[in-house]
Amino acid sequence: MLELTRVRAGYGSFQALFDVSLEVRRGEAVGVIGPNGAGKTTLMRVISGLIRPTAGSIVMERVDLLATPPHRIVEIGIAHVPESRRLFPRMTVEDNLKMGGFLPAARPKARRRFDFVYELFPLLRERRRQLAGSMSGGEQQMCAIGRALMSEPKLLLLDEPSAGLAPVVVDLVFALVQRIRAGGVTVLIVEQNVQQVLRIVDRAYVLKAGSIRAAGAAAELRDSAIIREAYLGV
Amino acid sequence: MGIFDVYLLEALINGVLLGGVLALLSLGLNLVFGVIDVVWICYAELIMLGMYAMYFLSRVYHAPMVLAAAICIVTVGVLGVLLHVVVIAPLLGAAPINQLLATGGVLFFLQSAATILFGIEFKNLGVRLPVLKVAGMFISYARLLAFGAALIGMVLVYLFLRRTYTGTAIRAIAQDRQIMTLMGVDSRRIYVITSALGGGLAGLAACLLVLQYDVHPFVGLSFGPITFLICVLGGLGNFGGGFVAAFVFAEIISVGGLYLDLEWGYVFAFAFFIAMMFVRPQGLLARRS
Amino acid sequence: MRRGPAVLGAAALVALPFVYAAPYPLHIAILILIWSFAYTSWSAMGRFGLTSLGHGGFMGTGAYVTALLWNRGGVSPWLGIPVALLAGALLAVLVAYPCFRYRITGHYFALVTLALGGIVLQVITATRDYTGGSLGYTPERYQGGSSLYALQFGGKTTWYLIALAVWAAGLYVWYRVDGSMLRYALEAISEDEDAAAATGVHVTAEKLKITVVSAAMTALAGALYCQYQMFISPDTVSGISVSLQMVFAAVVGGLYVALGPTVGAVITILMAEVLRISVGTRAVGWDNLVYGALLVVFIVFLPKGILGTVLAHRQR
Repeated sequence: MLELTRVRAGYGSFQALFDVSLEVRRGEAVGVIGPNGAGKTTLMRVISGLIRPTAGSIVMERVDLLATPPHRIVEIGIAHVPESRRLFPRMTVEDNLKMGGFLPAARPKARRRFDFVYELFPLLRERRRQLAGSMSGGEQQMCAIGRALMSEPKLLLLDEPSAGLAPVVVDLVFALVQRIRAGGVTVLIVEQNVQQVLRIVDRAYVLKAGSIRAAGAAAELRDSAIIREAYLGV
Repeated sequence: MGIFDVYLLEALINGVLLGGVLALLSLGLNLVFGVIDVVWICYAELIMLGMYAMYFLSRVYHAPMVLAAAICIVTVGVLGVLLHVVVIAPLLGAAPINQLLATGGVLFFLQSAATILFGIEFKNLGVRLPVLKVAGMFISYARLLAFGAALIGMVLVYLFLRRTYTGTAIRAIAQDRQIMTLMGVDSRRIYVITSALGGGLAGLAACLLVLQYDVHPFVGLSFGPITFLICVLGGLGNFGGGFVAAFVFAEIISVGGLYLDLEWGYVFAFAFFIAMMFVRPQGLLARRS
Repeated sequence: MRRGPAVLGAAALVALPFVYAAPYPLHIAILILIWSFAYTSWSAMGRFGLTSLGHGGFMGTGAYVTALLWNRGGVSPWLGIPVALLAGALLAVLVAYPCFRYRITGHYFALVTLALGGIVLQVITATRDYTGGSLGYTPERYQGGSSLYALQFGGKTTWYLIALAVWAAGLYVWYRVDGSMLRYALEAISEDEDAAAATGVHVTAEKLKITVVSAAMTALAGALYCQYQMFISPDTVSGISVSLQMVFAAVVGGLYVALGPTVGAVITILMAEVLRISVGTRAVGWDNLVYGALLVVFIVFLPKGILGTVLAHRQR
C-alpha cells in the first residue's frame, strides 16, 4: 500500500533520514521504533507531506506522493496524527473534528463520521463543546485521533501516541488503536515505547540516527538484542 | 436632566454608534492579521477608495444606494485580493518589518493615486439623512444606520466563521498554521479568501463612513491610526478584544470631542492607550508568537 | 573607509560652496544634507529592527517647538533647539518605555509609532490657534533674516556649512554606535530578546537609549529644517508622509550602511525636484506615487537597498 524507497530528508543543512526504505501493506499495523532523535517524526512528516524529501520516492497505492501537493495527500487516504497532538486549542472538540472532515469528499459523510468517532470515543461526545486546549493529555490524544479518522482514511499515521501520557491512559489509547485497526484501517505507528507498540503491531522497523537498522515481525523483535542495542548502544 | 447631561448622554450614544463602525474596521484588520500574520497598514486607504467608489457610483452614475453599496463591497474585496497576491504573497517568508513597509508603500501609492485621479478637494455624497430628535438629543439617522449595518456585518462574519467549513478553517489557521495541510486545507486559498473578506469589510465600512463624512485622499489618516491602536490594545488577532476596545476608544473620542475640538478626542485616545499599556499589559500580550 | 579618499571627499564637500555658489544647486544640496541627517537618524533605530513609522512626529516636534518658542517666547533657537531636542527625547521615552517594558515589538511597535506620528499631527492641527494648523507656521524674521542670535541666515553658504556639519555629526554618531557595546547589545536583542536578556543585557534600557538618540536627532533635523526654510506645516515636517518617506529613503538607499540613508536622500530629493520641474504643480501626488511603488518594488526585490546591495556584491 505504502512504499518508501531510499528516502532522504532533513531540515536545512541537517539531514535526518538516510536512505530509508519501508513498506506498509494493506490491513497491517506496522511500527517504527527507535530512540529520541532517530528521525521518527521526520519520517511521519515526509509521508504526510509536511516536509519534502531531498531524495527517494514515496508511493501510496501507485500514486506518487512526491508529485502530489501536500494538501492533497489526505485525499489519497493518509491521515496523520501529529506528535504532541496539535489540536486547535481555542476551538471546541466538535470544531476540531469538523476540521478533520474538511475534505469536500468527506463532508457529505460528516454525520456518519461524527457518529463513528463518538462511538469509538464516547468521552468526546460528552465534551464536544469543550475547548480542546483545556482537556487533559489523554483526552486530547483521543480527539486528535478522532480528528484524523473523520476523513475516513485508509492509512492512519500515529506519531508517538503515548508521549506525555500516564501508563493507564497509554493502555487505553493502544486498545483503541487496535479497535481502529480491526475496523479495517491500516496503521503506521512511530513510538519510543517499545513494549506497548510491539504488542499491537504485526511488524516493526527499528530506526536509529536516520537509518533502518532492523526489521521483522513484532514477536521476533520483542526479545531480540537489536532493540536493546538501538536504544542503549550495548 | 440638565442640558449638560443631555449633551453628555448624546455624546455617549454617539460614542456607541461610532464604536460599531470602529469595531467593524478592527475586525477586518484583525482577521487579516490573525490568519495571514500581516498588518495592512494601508487598510484605511482601501476604505478611502471604497468611499470614492460610493461617491462616483452614487453621485456621478446615479446608482441606487444599495446597488452602489454592493458594488463597493465587492470592489474593495477584489482590491484586498489584489493587495495580497501582488504585495503580500511574495513577502510571506520575509521579515515582518518588510511586510509592514511594503503595505506602507501601498499606502503612499494609494493616497497619491487618489490625489492625482480625484484631486484633493473634499467630496460629499450629498445625501442628507434626517436627524432624529429623541428625548432632547439629536441622533443622526446616518449614524444609526451605520451602527446597524456594522452590527449586521459583524454577525454575518461571525456566523460565517462559526458555521461554514471555510470559516472554521480560517479560525483554525490562525491557531496552528503548519498542520492545515494535514486536513486538506490549501493555506494559500484561505489567505486569498481572508483577503477578500478583509477587503469586503473595508468596503462595507466605506459605505457606512461615506454617509457621514466627506471623502478626500487623506481621509484614511483620520481613522487609520485609531484602528491600529484599537487592534493593538485589544490584542492583534483577538476579535473579542478588538470589539471591546473599539467601543472604549469610540467613547473617549466622542466624549473628548464634546468638550474640545474633535482632534483632542484622538489625543485623549492615544494618551489613554499609553496609560493602558502601563496598567494592563496583559491586554497587549495576547499576540501570536 | 580609507583615509586618503575620505579626507579628499570631505575637503571637496567643504569647499563646494566657495567654488560653486549658485543658489539653486546649493539649496538642493542643503535639503539633501538635512534630510540625509533625518534619514540617518531614523536608520539608527531602524537598522536594529526597531522600525518606527512615526518619526515624523519627532521631526514635527523639533520644528514646532523651536518655532513656537521663538515666536511666542522670544527664545533664541540656540536655547530653543536644545529644548526641542529634549521634547523629542521625552516624547520618545513616554511612548517607547511602556512599549519596551511590556515587550511590544515588531508589528505592534510599528503601529504604535504610526499612531504617535498621527497624533502629533492631530495635536498640531488641534492647536491651530497657536500653530496655524494645516496652514503652516512661520518663524518671525529677525534683523532682516540674517542673524546669528536668531539662527537665521540669508546666505546659502552659511546654511550649507551648517547642514554639512550636522550631517557629518550624524555620521559620526552612527560610527560611534557602530563601534560601541550598544550596537552588539541591540543586534543581540534583535536576534533574540530573551536570549539577550539571559546574558545580562538590559533590553529595555538599551532599546530606550537608541530610541532617544534617534528621536533627538530627528527633532534636530526638524528644527534645522524650520530655521532654513522659515516655513513649516504639519504635512511637510510631520505626518505619515514624512514618516514613510524616511523609511523609504533608508530602505532604498541601504538601511544597514552608514551612507545608505544619504543615498536615499539624494534619490528622493532629486526625484521630487525632477518631477516638480517636469510636471509642474500637477506633480502634487506623483512623487509620492513613485515613492510608494518603488518602496514596494524595493522591499520585494532589493530589501538591502541600493547601496547595501552594491556593497554586498563587492564583498563577494
